[in-house]
Amino acid sequence: MNVLPRLLLVWRSDSYLRQALGPVGAGFSTLGNRLAPVVVPMGKFSSRHQSTSVVVGMAIVTALLPFIVLIWPISGFGTQNDFIDGFAQAGVWVLLAVGLNVVVGLAGLLDLGYAAFFAIGAYTYAYGASPFSHNAVPFWPMLLVGAAAAATFGLLLGAPTLRLRGDYLAIVTLGFGEIVPVVFLNSDKYTNGTNGITALYQPSLPICGDFGFGNPMPYYIAVAVIIAIAMALLYRLQDSRLGRAWMAVREDELAAASMGINTVTTKLLAFAIGASTSGLAGVYLSSKLAIVSPSQFGFTVSFTVLAMVVLGGMGNIWGVAAGAFVVYEIQSQGLKQLNNFFQGAGIPPIHLGFINIDLTTINFLDYQYLLYGLALVGMMLLRPEGLFPSRRRRAELHDVDDSAAANQELVEA
Amino acid sequence: MDAGILTQQAFNALTIGAMYALIALGYTMVYGIIELINFAHGDVFMVGSFVTLWLLSTLGVQGTINDPPTLVAMLVVMFAFAMTVMGLVGVVIERFAYRPLRNAPRLAPLITAIGVSFILQNIIQVTFSNSPVNVPRVIEAQAGATLQLPQFAVGSFQVTASPVTFSYTHIFIVVLALALMVALQLFVGRTRLGRAMRSTAIDREAAQLMGVDINTTIALTFFIGSALAGAAGVAWALNYGTTKFDIGFQTGLKSFTAAVLGGIGNTTGAALGSFLIAFVEVFSSQLGYSRWSEAVVFAILIIVLVFRPTGLLGQRLTERG
Repeated sequence: MNVLPRLLLVWRSDSYLRQALGPVGAGFSTLGNRLAPVVVPMGKFSSRHQSTSVVVGMAIVTALLPFIVLIWPISGFGTQNDFIDGFAQAGVWVLLAVGLNVVVGLAGLLDLGYAAFFAIGAYTYAYGASPFSHNAVPFWPMLLVGAAAAATFGLLLGAPTLRLRGDYLAIVTLGFGEIVPVVFLNSDKYTNGTNGITALYQPSLPICGDFGFGNPMPYYIAVAVIIAIAMALLYRLQDSRLGRAWMAVREDELAAASMGINTVTTKLLAFAIGASTSGLAGVYLSSKLAIVSPSQFGFTVSFTVLAMVVLGGMGNIWGVAAGAFVVYEIQSQGLKQLNNFFQGAGIPPIHLGFINIDLTTINFLDYQYLLYGLALVGMMLLRPEGLFPSRRRRAELHDVDDSAAANQELVEA
Repeated sequence: MDAGILTQQAFNALTIGAMYALIALGYTMVYGIIELINFAHGDVFMVGSFVTLWLLSTLGVQGTINDPPTLVAMLVVMFAFAMTVMGLVGVVIERFAYRPLRNAPRLAPLITAIGVSFILQNIIQVTFSNSPVNVPRVIEAQAGATLQLPQFAVGSFQVTASPVTFSYTHIFIVVLALALMVALQLFVGRTRLGRAMRSTAIDREAAQLMGVDINTTIALTFFIGSALAGAAGVAWALNYGTTKFDIGFQTGLKSFTAAVLGGIGNTTGAALGSFLIAFVEVFSSQLGYSRWSEAVVFAILIIVLVFRPTGLLGQRLTERG
């Protein structure tokens, strides 16, 4: 579905926000109701023509972002090129999050080694297009090759392990995620070890201009196109027979199996499709940075993507994409600006008993994982469905007491 | 072949295994009772080593203590302090991050566990340091009993023997770990609270009907498990004389592997698995594959889970497929 009508629908349907905000919330919901004649048809259109909506939505967002950063005060935080480079980088995380969402959000499998497939995609490109390997395959076919390589490893890992119950699967994937960087690190002959493979060939396309470090715009557009295609495909998949099977397996594996769903194949496909998206992101990232090294793919990557998926709203494709974008921008821009703000504001140190807090000396970037941690715990306790919930997922995650209300909502939808 | 080096390495493996075992017990107990993989457990261990560092610097201990009575008193204080603090930390984590989600889908507490792990690591990182920090070694690192094994030859096969050092630190860690494990077995097997823990693990509702206070029992399990991890943290500091904010992740994962290898939910299995994992790790390094030892350990984890999810000594296979 398209982002804008969906957001407005969230306002209308969200009893939480309404309760929390009280009169203000009521005002918003009247706003929602007043907009309903516009929003509901838009919603209907977008659920009927999902691919078109995704492509149009992505095109609008992609076209607007470069102009938003020219507006004060954002314009003071960096040049437009810096921002576009940052957005292109954010696109990698959006792709990763959208892919992990298939595994965690749709099929309900906890994959903690997701960075392994990212690494496989990146190294595939490095092997396909670098002076180190003496190969020079163009970028565009390598995208597919990287995705296929990652999917293959997804199948290889998944085939024996997907029979395991959920938390064992989490551990197996975690182990796999640790092994893959070690293998890349130690196979010096093929991967150049710790130093990684450098000077990868950058993509080229006649109409887009040169892809290069000084010119982030082609990268930005390329990643937007990749995301739009991936999201359109995933929306189609979600509403297909396979997508329904994923959700059935997530909600009750036993019931799904007795309804004739082949649970192993279903889970395996979720794993492979999630892995292939990660592989795409890997190919894109390595071409953008022109370097791959094992240290880029540690477990923090997997956990960060998981945090993005959880915060965005497991199971909701555009919610997860928005979550990843927001988290990435907070991490790369927001915390830095917080530092600058407090350093500039010159707030005197606060004394709380024996604790002294001097906001001007705190480096907020150091607290990134603390914030992720608090967000993960807080989110699971207070709003397990995420910031932008998928309706079905929310109905599932809430206790029996409000399941009637949730069912009602499902019926209304 | 050098019999001395082999003996030395076996003894090193025993020491490392003892530390893994202390951590693995916490994983296995928590899994046994609420079927949760407590991802934050490795970080509880890590915090334990930093709590020791804080205690030593507060007490003004700079280095080795040579006076035996003072040393013993200091070791008692260190372990009592770290174990109590970490036990309480474990109880707090359970109370706020896991208890509210006890009836939620299984994914939810796993995700909060990851969140808690992030929080603990980041707190230590910003309060102490980004890089490894030194912890004063109260037991002199070099001191120990030296043993000379006999050298012999079988035909043309020479068995040499370099002298073996059984350092006091290692002996102390192994003995302490074994003592704590025996104490745990006695507690779980012989006391009323231990019986409550076992019955809660078997069937929570039935135990509740029989008058077991579920919340207290689970909190107690977290207290004991985290206290053991705290003890492992002290042992780590004694053994290596250094610690870092991120040691919890890998050490925790290895200990978890050990718990799985031995049969998760089984305390004897956790100890056995830990010694096996430590031997694999030490001897793969000895054979010149030190860069691969982690990969080997995690490969073992995957293989065990795929082919024998109940582990070596696993008892009951859980009902959920």
